[in-house]
Amino acid sequence: MLSYIARAAARILLTFLVVITLAFAATRLSGNPIDYIAGQGLTQEDRALLIRYYGLDRSVAEQYLAFLKSFFDGEFGLSYVERRPVSVVVAERIWPSLQLLLSSVALTLALSIPLGVLAAIWRNSWVGSAIMSFAFLFYAVPNFVLATFMILVFAYWLNWLPVVGNGSWAHFIMPTIAMSGILIAGLTRFTRNAMLDVLGQDFMRTARAKGLTETEVIFRHGLRNASITILSVIGLQVAGLAAAGSVVVESIFSWPGIGELLVRSAILRDYPVLQFGVIAVSAAVLLINVLVDIAYGFADPRIRFGKA
Amino acid sequence: MSALLSVRDLSIAFGSHRAVEGLSFDVAPGETVAIVGESGSGKSATSLAIMRLIEREGGSIVNGSMQFGEAERIDLATADEATMRRVRGNRIAMVFQEPITSLNPVMRVGDQVAEVLIRHRGLSRKDALAEAERAFEHVHIPDPKKRLHQFPHELSGGLRQRVMIAMALACRPRLLIADEPTTALDVTTQSEILTLIRSLQKEIGMAVLFITHDMGVVAEIAERVVVMRKGAHIEAADVATFFSNPRTSYSRQLLAATPKLGSGAPEAPALSAPVLEVKSLSTSFAASALRGSSRTMAVNNVSITLGKGETLGLVGESGCGKSSLARSILRLVEPETGEIHLAGRDWLRLSSDELRAARRDAQMVFQDPYASLNPRMAIRDAITEPAQIHKLVSARDARDLAVRLVERVGLDADSVDRFPHQFSGGQRQRLAIARALSVQPKLIIADEAVSALDVSIARQVTDLMLELQRSEGVSLLFISHDIAVVERVSHRVAVMYRGEIVETGRTDDVLGAPRHEYTRRLLSAVPRPPLPAPAFQSRRRNDMNARSVLPGDRIHALETLNG
Repeated sequence: MLSYIARAAARILLTFLVVITLAFAATRLSGNPIDYIAGQGLTQEDRALLIRYYGLDRSVAEQYLAFLKSFFDGEFGLSYVERRPVSVVVAERIWPSLQLLLSSVALTLALSIPLGVLAAIWRNSWVGSAIMSFAFLFYAVPNFVLATFMILVFAYWLNWLPVVGNGSWAHFIMPTIAMSGILIAGLTRFTRNAMLDVLGQDFMRTARAKGLTETEVIFRHGLRNASITILSVIGLQVAGLAAAGSVVVESIFSWPGIGELLVRSAILRDYPVLQFGVIAVSAAVLLINVLVDIAYGFADPRIRFGKA
Repeated sequence: MSALLSVRDLSIAFGSHRAVEGLSFDVAPGETVAIVGESGSGKSATSLAIMRLIEREGGSIVNGSMQFGEAERIDLATADEATMRRVRGNRIAMVFQEPITSLNPVMRVGDQVAEVLIRHRGLSRKDALAEAERAFEHVHIPDPKKRLHQFPHELSGGLRQRVMIAMALACRPRLLIADEPTTALDVTTQSEILTLIRSLQKEIGMAVLFITHDMGVVAEIAERVVVMRKGAHIEAADVATFFSNPRTSYSRQLLAATPKLGSGAPEAPALSAPVLEVKSLSTSFAASALRGSSRTMAVNNVSITLGKGETLGLVGESGCGKSSLARSILRLVEPETGEIHLAGRDWLRLSSDELRAARRDAQMVFQDPYASLNPRMAIRDAITEPAQIHKLVSARDARDLAVRLVERVGLDADSVDRFPHQFSGGQRQRLAIARALSVQPKLIIADEAVSALDVSIARQVTDLMLELQRSEGVSLLFISHDIAVVERVSHRVAVMYRGEIVETGRTDDVLGAPRHEYTRRLLSAVPRPPLPAPAFQSRRRNDMNARSVLPGDRIHALETLNG
């Protein structure tokens, strides 16, 4: 068991190193930041001075090693734009992003699991077909389309909901729906399939042969088993949502989260913020994966005891 | 005495297909009735109909009544769902065939048993668990307190079935329906489970409806027999009369097709140089992919020889290493130490290219005929594929070869243009044999090749294998957990136990006078259909010399049996 944990830890560390390297490499590929931060009208001498100051005159390998060293020393650098430590700039964005992520996940679970179960039980009736039709529809609509559409209807035409910022609970409604739309659709379909697999299993017949009610059979025996496969997909999707969904949705709604920060930093070539932001998001994705693995062990005793 | 369960004119349909038609029988209180039949006979549909679980499987009760109860009687055929929920698990309980799939894999077994008590007795979870512990004791589960908190995958097959029985008996039902409860178990475990059901039945005074295809099991447990075929009632009789004097020809055929231990082995071929010689072969696997440290010896220092045209039967319980040995011989897994000489080659020294070419000498027939044929491949391609790989036949001549092969295994020539799903299990196994024959191998390894087939079909397939062996002179390594089948086909027998061969010799010697303690245990656990009439009275569980001979010409009966 210990060697299993050690190997898992080594794997995570290696992944993380790859992420750091990619974050470094990606930012070096996108042009010289001095031209953006200093703007026009810079003399050649000042420009050369700045380049030397930020170490941009050294070879890429040297820059990389310096980057790694300072990273593991806990020095993440200053934002080119805001002149503040990047750790502070990124840290104050974490909570708003987390709030949006959690509300999206909560909405997804609250809707897609009951809908998926119902769609499985009523697979041969209009209820099941209706649920699946809606799921297909939402699955096909990208989040930025959904977001724009909602802004048009609920903010511009009806003037019911605020668009920009995160000031009140009403601010959460549209970003949360935009974030979770595809997730709800995907997870509803997945829950339905997982339940259909389980419904045909022998132990469901055993449960009925015990004289349990249909509700007990479906939820205590059926959903409990289906939850194992559902969990693995939630993990992947939430991780994807944390990374990709937040970038798009936060930008559209000017949500003061990490996603919005990343987009802005990319536009402004604010390397230190961008690097650290990407690394922070990747760390979050890794963390979610670890949490899912642990939750997986709790849900499935066959894994907990080290057997497949 | 009035019946506990009276089934009258029961008809069950799946869509337009009638699974059961006009079935009537009674079960008296405390009595054991066996419903016997081959697959497709409607015996399982009947058991699910009594529990009214048939609707869940897509079936429906079209006609008939099922009066159940002693003082107040209810008609199970028309009872509403609320009434049925009070009956299920409480007054009628059920034990299923596969204990591993029938138990919820993510729920502790204690909770699974407690659930019934909470439902029907209204106990609190704590009280129900205490009661579940007593139920575990009752079915002789060792260390019941610890077991309560375990999950199904942590228990052996036998223990799992004991948990199922504890669950079924928790509320002391009046009727227990046991649907092939021992079919998935090893013979020694089967014998323990049968003994357990019998003793608990006496203690609780419940009736048992036992669904099975195994005549030996019927003889062990039942008082009366109901024979079914294709949904119809064939005959009903008390068990002694049934075995001594079956009234219908179908019952006689069924009895004749049942392999009976002690029927004698086939005559050995003339001695010749060995085709296969295995010396001190050992194969081990890592115990767990996650931990990777300890290794399990799957095959431990095994030596066997097999002459030309000879059949060596390899018997042993599940997990004893039979299949690992087969795979090691074919080098599907790499053995660790030892020697294999196959068809004159030093098999373990072959390079992977040489091995690929040499493999045509050794072919394999697997257990599951449904899984071992590619569903998307026409038969002509499927059965000639080995020959094409080894370039023994051109693509143009493949069809002619396929026709010769299917005719060789008793199928029509036009079979070659069909696909696997158009064949029955027995026919598919014939096709698998045809495929093995396509490269004219020196050795065929049949790994539980007839275990998934009905007795009459299994009989036809083993007869075919013996006939092919005589005509082609191929050597057979016949692996099975069913000792009676092994006896029928094997010139010599090797008994495997925990990775080792504990005893080997001529079939009649090993089975008639076993020297190893394990062989004796294995043999005594095999349920036997009894001798006709007078001999039936004394059940001879350990009497190895009593050989049962059944009325009727077996081979003749088989030829008339379904094609």
